[in-house]
Amino acid sequence: MRSSQDVRPGPIGPTGPSDLDAAASTALHPAARETLLAALDHGWADPRRLHKQARDARLLLDNAREVVAAELGLRRDDVTFTSSGTDAVHRGLLGLRLARSRVGRHALASAVEHSAVLHALEWAAATDGGSHDLVAVDRHARVDPDAVREALSPTTAVVAVQAANHEVGTLQPVTAVAEAIGDVPLFVDACAAVGHVDLPAGWAAAAASAHKWGGPAGVGLLLLRPGTRWRSPFPADDRVDPRSSGFENVPAALAAAAALRAVGTERAEVAARQRRLIDRVRGVAAGIEDVDVVGDPDERLPHLVTFSCLYLDGEALVTALDRRGFGVASGSACTASTLEPSHVLAAMGALTHGNVRLSLHRDTDEETVEAFCRALPEVVAELRR
Amino acid sequence: MSGSTGLPATADLELDCRGEPCPLPVIRLGRRYTEFAPGAVLAVVADDVAARYDVPAWCRMRGQEYLGEDVAEDGVARYWVRRTL
Repeated sequence: MRSSQDVRPGPIGPTGPSDLDAAASTALHPAARETLLAALDHGWADPRRLHKQARDARLLLDNAREVVAAELGLRRDDVTFTSSGTDAVHRGLLGLRLARSRVGRHALASAVEHSAVLHALEWAAATDGGSHDLVAVDRHARVDPDAVREALSPTTAVVAVQAANHEVGTLQPVTAVAEAIGDVPLFVDACAAVGHVDLPAGWAAAAASAHKWGGPAGVGLLLLRPGTRWRSPFPADDRVDPRSSGFENVPAALAAAAALRAVGTERAEVAARQRRLIDRVRGVAAGIEDVDVVGDPDERLPHLVTFSCLYLDGEALVTALDRRGFGVASGSACTASTLEPSHVLAAMGALTHGNVRLSLHRDTDEETVEAFCRALPEVVAELRR
Repeated sequence: MSGSTGLPATADLELDCRGEPCPLPVIRLGRRYTEFAPGAVLAVVADDVAARYDVPAWCRMRGQEYLGEDVAEDGVARYWVRRTL
């Protein structure tokens, strides 16, 4: 008997539902699981101390930084582990902004940034009297580097442009934006991209999130280019890495690094398969009357597709698909805690109701995708009846 | 045209969608516009926040002309559409 105090999860059924919401979170990669279990027994001590167990923990932490840096083509010192992707976004974006406060407290961001970026800029403005402007995007959600340059003001301290959009998958012209803005530092939220596509060049600081690539939740990456002016926007802490705070979760950091290396090794094969499967879903969705497939068809993340079904309620769609065993996300207002439609869909001029985002895990198979492709036209027809 | 806003002075049909959740305002627009000849103007009065994005998106998908937005006498948003096809 399981008591109410038992914290172990219950058994997982043999034919569980098909989660097609990998962009929200994906399961631990087997390589990460193995590493995590081994590291739990060796990486628990305080990595700042000088004794044996502490030195072991420190070695594991340094190793994790080394592996992540190698995977991303960086140096070890460029990599900081944070307590989440959101924390990395906050530190990266606000730290660049703070280091340039003599220039000004104005920030620019694309209109389709993750809410973590937008909330951070609102918080900063409310805290120190700064301001920010949003740069409009095209119908694929892509920002125009020239438009970013034109929106710069003499007091712009930082510009934020994501590597890839988390809702519609469109890749942003990060390197061209960096060139367009010259000396103004660029913050790149790469949380949706790392593990799926190459990290683009041109950023002064960037952020990533381990549970999006098969690492554990509660591990983020703050990446800083050498020579970048950055100041912590939060209280200092006397940890191994002064850019972060709080006691290091060494086993989780090492597991995140192991997962990143594993997905890097598999990526060419996995991304090619995902691209083919997503093309199939895009084709099926586009073939249904009054369904608008949104986001760039080619310059996109390999594993994600978003579409909107005219006249349908997003919540009804999510519920009907869930009943058939498919777990998907939606940017429609009725599915949001805020009851506001997705600001990404709104900014790109897409239909905000009847919205579905489907994203594949590394091991989502063709059979599951084909089953979804059979179910989708039926579900839409049923709901429109 | 009513000068200041650039919007028509009157609509051939004003749909009162106050209090209706998304996607009802767009569903009602989609049902009713076919009753009118090309050139007719329809206005959708809706307090649902999604209508601000979904009425223009509907126009794009249906090839109709989105004219813009103003407010009804009670301050509720009103979205203007011209049937072109």
